[in-house]
Amino acid sequence: MSKTIAEINEKIKEGEAVVYTAEEIIDVIKDRGISRAAQEVDVVTTGTFGIMCSSAAYFNVGHTRPRMKIGGGRAYLNDVPAYTGVAAVDIILGANALPDDDPRNRIHPGEFNYGGGHVIEELVAGKDIRLSVSAYGTDCYPRKRLDSWINIKDINQATLFNIRNAYQNYNVAVNPSDKIIYTYMGMLKPQLGNANYSSAGQLSPLFNDPYYKTIGIGTRIFLGGGTGYVAWYGTQHNPGVPRNEKGLPTTGAATIATIGDMKRMSPRWLVGTSVQGYGTSLTVGVGVPIPILNEEILGYTAVTDADILAPVIDYSDAFPDNRSDILTHISYAELKSGTINVNGKKVPTASLSSYPRAVEIANILKEWIESGKFLLTEAVEPLPGVDSGVTVKPFNERPIEY
Amino acid sequence: MLVTKRIVLRFPQRLVERPIIYRLVKDYDLEFNILKASITPEQEGLLVLELKGDQKEYDKGIDFLVKGGVRIQSLSQDVTRNEERCTSCGACITVCPAGAFEVDPETREVLFNNEKCIACGLCIPACPPRAMEVHF
Repeated sequence: MSKTIAEINEKIKEGEAVVYTAEEIIDVIKDRGISRAAQEVDVVTTGTFGIMCSSAAYFNVGHTRPRMKIGGGRAYLNDVPAYTGVAAVDIILGANALPDDDPRNRIHPGEFNYGGGHVIEELVAGKDIRLSVSAYGTDCYPRKRLDSWINIKDINQATLFNIRNAYQNYNVAVNPSDKIIYTYMGMLKPQLGNANYSSAGQLSPLFNDPYYKTIGIGTRIFLGGGTGYVAWYGTQHNPGVPRNEKGLPTTGAATIATIGDMKRMSPRWLVGTSVQGYGTSLTVGVGVPIPILNEEILGYTAVTDADILAPVIDYSDAFPDNRSDILTHISYAELKSGTINVNGKKVPTASLSSYPRAVEIANILKEWIESGKFLLTEAVEPLPGVDSGVTVKPFNERPIEY
Repeated sequence: MLVTKRIVLRFPQRLVERPIIYRLVKDYDLEFNILKASITPEQEGLLVLELKGDQKEYDKGIDFLVKGGVRIQSLSQDVTRNEERCTSCGACITVCPAGAFEVDPETREVLFNNEKCIACGLCIPACPPRAMEVHF
């Protein structure tokens, strides 16, 4: 028996939809069996809350009087530089952007206490942000300087647009070298002193729909505490990687680009983040509903941490050298146990993404759907799949001879 | 009864050059482990100690310090976690040399046990949302 999204939406509107989180559904399927559960369950909700560096926001701040063309000039939000190459009063801010006078890694490891991700969090929190602009002036846009407070409630648009979120699987980072290293996966102690990972595992959106049967372009999602959409497939989308017998990729694979109205988001779900020795970023909450259209789709949501294997990568050598050597594969169940075995050594583990917050996101989305506030959408286009030929290529360097 | 406590001592300038800790050992039979020591530009001394000994002797030792003009605070009041900012990611867990952070195996919440904290400060820059605070 199969259902359509339209039928599920009818049930949601009547307040009768049966919704479970991707964690709860594991036992539901065990108890009732796949075929009965597929009839009874309408939606499974997923969630993830991790550091997502490819996050950004764009703003239309409104026209000043006299007018000013920020485009091609320079703009700063709380001293953090924003991109001005788009029209007169649109600016784009990336989570990694740093104030010009931030010392970076000059004294290693740098602290990176404030950057684009923090500006995004403070804007969403409703705080005033200082906008400083210098422009070159034109006959139609004569103004050259602006130094003003702005607030999210006053500007025309504040749109979160993350070009790569919710990675389907991710590396486990270790350091077999003799020196401590500071990476985007955190501080890694020498001689395999620790192992850091970053995925919600069994709750993670793309592990619950590993072949993108329902998640596609146009899928309505939980984004940063508000409603957002899958805008496109994410950069570095790489669906054709090796998979295990359950169809789950055993390295980083699919990604999604997400978009949503920041005015409806919350600082609890968009957190400015500092990665020691690396830079600033944004921790983003993403939750995706999976409509249970048939038994096959439900079957994928039965995924558990024990089923998912993550690649263990040497961040002192293989990663910086851009080699894809994998030391071993480890399941998320083992990672969550607190220690893993790498090269015969017991290595303590730590997570960089928050599992309790992922659970909370899946529950919020569940509540939105149960109460009829959130309807599902039909994807207008699937994400590029296993046979799409979409892949990740290294940089093709062609040195310029002088 | 044997007790082990972690405390922060602040010495005014006039006490900095006196052998106070020596007295704790000699007169009160207390075992000490220095976790952190510094002298501020105003010549005030700051000492983070783990003290171990008989409860009665410990109380007498503390009394001696206080009467001598040393200000004393429990270490747990000086290292705190901003619960609003903590997301329970877990980045702190393997960074902490004292094992002061652990994951609740049921909820996966990250628990901070400030009794175990040695105030080394390693967690401060390692915490992605900057939730850990030291108030020295």
